[in-house]
Amino acid sequence: MLEIEGLHVAVSGKEILKGLSLSIAAGEVHAIMGPNGSGKSTLSYVLAGREGYEIISGSIRYRGEDLAAMAPEERAAKGVFLAMQYPVEIPGVTTMNFLKTALNAQRRARGEKDIDALGVLRLVREKAKALHISEEMLKRALNVGFSGGEKKRLEILQMALFEPALAILDETDSGLDIDALKVVADGVNGLRSSERAMLVITHYQRLLNHIVPDRVHVLYGGRIIKEGGKELAHELEAKGYAEIIREAA
Amino acid sequence: MAALETREQVAALGEKYKYGFVTDIEMERAPKGLSEDTVRFISAKKGEPEWMLEWRLGAYRRWRQMREPTWARVHYDPIDYENAYYYAAPKSAADGPKSLDEIDPKLIETYNKLGIPLNEQMLLAGVAVDAVFDSVSVATTFKEKLSEAGVIFCPISEAIRDYPELVKKYLGSVVPVTDNFFATLNSAVFSDGSFVYVPKGVRCPMELSTYFRINAQGTGQFERTLIIADEGSYVSYLEGCTAPKRDENQLHAAVVELVALEGAEIKYSTVQNWYPGDEEGKGGIYNFVTKRGDCRGARSKISWTQVETGSAITWKYPSCLLRGDDSVGEFYSIAIANHFQQADTGTKMHHLGKNTRSRIISKGISAGQAQNTYRGLVSVHPRAANARNYTQCDSLLIGGKCGAHTVPYIESRNKSARIEHEATTSKIAEDQLFYCLQRGIPQEEAVALIVNGFCREVLQQLPMEFAVEAQKLVGISLEGSVG
Ligand SMILES: Nc1ncnc2c1ncn2[C@@H]1O[C@H](COP(=O)(O)OP(=O)(O)OP(=O)(O)O)[C@@H](O)[C@H]1O
Ligand SMILES: [Mg+2]
Repeated sequence: MLEIEGLHVAVSGKEILKGLSLSIAAGEVHAIMGPNGSGKSTLSYVLAGREGYEIISGSIRYRGEDLAAMAPEERAAKGVFLAMQYPVEIPGVTTMNFLKTALNAQRRARGEKDIDALGVLRLVREKAKALHISEEMLKRALNVGFSGGEKKRLEILQMALFEPALAILDETDSGLDIDALKVVADGVNGLRSSERAMLVITHYQRLLNHIVPDRVHVLYGGRIIKEGGKELAHELEAKGYAEIIREAA
Repeated sequence: MAALETREQVAALGEKYKYGFVTDIEMERAPKGLSEDTVRFISAKKGEPEWMLEWRLGAYRRWRQMREPTWARVHYDPIDYENAYYYAAPKSAADGPKSLDEIDPKLIETYNKLGIPLNEQMLLAGVAVDAVFDSVSVATTFKEKLSEAGVIFCPISEAIRDYPELVKKYLGSVVPVTDNFFATLNSAVFSDGSFVYVPKGVRCPMELSTYFRINAQGTGQFERTLIIADEGSYVSYLEGCTAPKRDENQLHAAVVELVALEGAEIKYSTVQNWYPGDEEGKGGIYNFVTKRGDCRGARSKISWTQVETGSAITWKYPSCLLRGDDSVGEFYSIAIANHFQQADTGTKMHHLGKNTRSRIISKGISAGQAQNTYRGLVSVHPRAANARNYTQCDSLLIGGKCGAHTVPYIESRNKSARIEHEATTSKIAEDQLFYCLQRGIPQEEAVALIVNGFCREVLQQLPMEFAVEAQKLVGISLEGSVG
């Protein structure tokens, strides 16, 4: 599904990712852990195609295609979804309208027909219910005045709505209370399938108790310095980054 | 959602300005240039009574002594008033169509292209339409239903013939003949426009609407609208405007006068989409318009809503004279300027009565190399105890070459007045755009979505059936502004 090789990325002329390699097969869930500033969000933005994230060298292949050559909206239409660490507010645009616009834009890019307002409403309602997102929230402007947890739940709602092939979750667990964490994890687990791959970025073992990963990678200084199975997350929790980094050096 | 439809529509038409077609209809014109004879010609064409001709001639003589205003932040080459036509009418309309069937099918076709359903669609929507093609009103629908309610809605030329007392009493009573250069010019040469009278206690049973279109080459358009809401009545009125694409600049100098008597309410909405000129700033309409409402009676209310997306230059300040005690004035505005468009627009709220209130919400969007100025005056007369004003002026910049300017004037001569002014200037944030792109929304659609969100408070003021059209326009007029 996703193969990253020797990826070097610079932001404002500063190299952040320094030879990162990673590959995820369909059906797998991978976790990335790493200290603050190690380059996790940078990786997620590069995958989504954000402007200003310059690929110096290396390659990213997504379902056999060169991902870097695609415009961000094209990636979205082809199934790349990024649940952002800091979801953005758009004043005056109701959440419902945003969801409808996005869903139909993706469909149109794939040559599919638009779904009408009522159809989208039905779809969204059904998914929102499972995530405990109220009707009232859907009528409000996108993310404006939403609590941290509400914003994160809305990201997961979008993931459920768009049914992406590759979902990247950047610290979706931070800011969630224990119950919300469970709700979000259930939402993610509900989407696990043999055709879908997920990349879960997190600081906490806690999330990985709910979303059990196939592989865990430790990102430090713009490189993967260690990887292993789900037990690596426990090891990290016990030892802390400093020791893992020392061991890897 | 609206933005999506827009893009499709535009793609289907293969051009940016979908109203830019020219209808090939034979025109009857006044001789070129402006003189007493031109004024007499127009008056005669309209079969006007002597008093009306005298009124026009008075305006004409006055205008000859006036100078074009220069205080607005707009720049253009001098207008040659002698090198334009002041009257152009479709020849087939010369005998005056009595019903829709009698109208030149080409005109109907034009209206269909414009998306003005002068037919069943409109019936369903329950909108009464007065369509002004160049200078002549060609069709007024719904006359009967309106006359049952006692509402008069007709071309102003007809009102001059049929309701001279009303016209004499109110014409020029809000915007005096001598008001300003463009209003005075209009008074001399106006050729048509709409007239509305809503009698005491009547709630007008439907939205009233006028569509203006400049079609003929080298003509100016000078329509004149007069709306009178008698005591305790209510009316909502909408005007839309389009013009063909032409390399030359065409002058549009309209005057709108509103009178609200005691307890009456007038809601006046404009969706202005005159041809804005091309990407290099060539051509486009000079939109120099005087609009003023007079809250003449106590507890009356006048509300202006405007969506200004077209015109090369917009010079327009719909205002309220809050004369009656407890009267209310509102101004909701969206002004979009892209490429080389220049907009200098805003409002004036004159608080004259006690406990008068006004509210101003202005959303200015600048893109390309456009200049967009909000110019607003809030004045409180010594007699206007407890006057209240709230002004909110938001500017949005797209790209780095455009300009947004806010020029608020406040003149308060009563200590009990409370005036609040808020202003913001912002850009479409990169993270907002990225968020939309990541969710699959292409750039231009994302811009349209974000800008529509920015304008929401104003769009909400429009009658439902026009709000959708306005949202689409926002998308169209900003095309090519990013990337
Ligand atoms: N525009 C920028 N200019 C310069 N440095 C930047 C820029 N954006 C990010 N960086 C730097 O890149 C590094 C990696 O940032 P990134 O956001 O990817 O870290 P992260 O692993 O997601 O951290 P966290 O756990 O705190 O979310 C940081 O040192 C950050 O300061
Ligand atoms: Mg991060």
